[in-house]
Amino acid sequence: MSQINLDCRHQNCPVPLVQVRKALKKAAIGDVIEVVGTHSASKKEIPMAVEAQGQELLEVKDQGQEWVIRIKKVKEA
Amino acid sequence: MTGKTTIIVHSGDMDKVLSAFIIGNGSLSMGMEVTLYFTFWGLNRLKKGGLDKGPLSKMNMLGLGRRMIQGRMTKANVATLESMVNDFKELGGKIIACEMTMEIMGITKEQLRTDWIDEYGAVGTYVNEARKSDITLFI
Repeated sequence: MSQINLDCRHQNCPVPLVQVRKALKKAAIGDVIEVVGTHSASKKEIPMAVEAQGQELLEVKDQGQEWVIRIKKVKEA
Repeated sequence: MTGKTTIIVHSGDMDKVLSAFIIGNGSLSMGMEVTLYFTFWGLNRLKKGGLDKGPLSKMNMLGLGRRMIQGRMTKANVATLESMVNDFKELGGKIIACEMTMEIMGITKEQLRTDWIDEYGAVGTYVNEARKSDITLFI
């Protein structure tokens, strides 16, 4: 089990979503993906995509101008 | 995967093709299956070197408006069409090219990006994809 870090700062729609999906496909079950970004719609939409895919949302938090989302891969993607 | 999106890409306009790939990649990112069916003017965008050659649907102004929008897109960090297509294929998106359009416009397979195209078909292929879809759009 490892942590995968994704830097999506200054990336626009739909890149943060796409990057999370790519990371979920590559990760092993149990891995945690930590994504940091600035695109405000993605902060809402990444949790939606995590739920739609049946993966586990661990945390959504703000860090100054940025947001950080942590996701755990719990099943094949 | 849960759910499916099928989009007819009839327009070859740069902004509309961009929308098709944004929705396509968004759907793939939600864990859905996606099929893009390229027909009529849309098929021109699958020609070798033709992906980003489409005009703007409004205010094209002989290409001036198009260049302006492209500049603003780069400033806003919007991904290029090329990178969107690469993401689309990497996430398992399917592309169908319309055979009738190829005949009407005299387009041969040799002129097309066959590495992007999964299937060549007609209306039956589209309907068969769309009837199993949750979202279907005509762009």
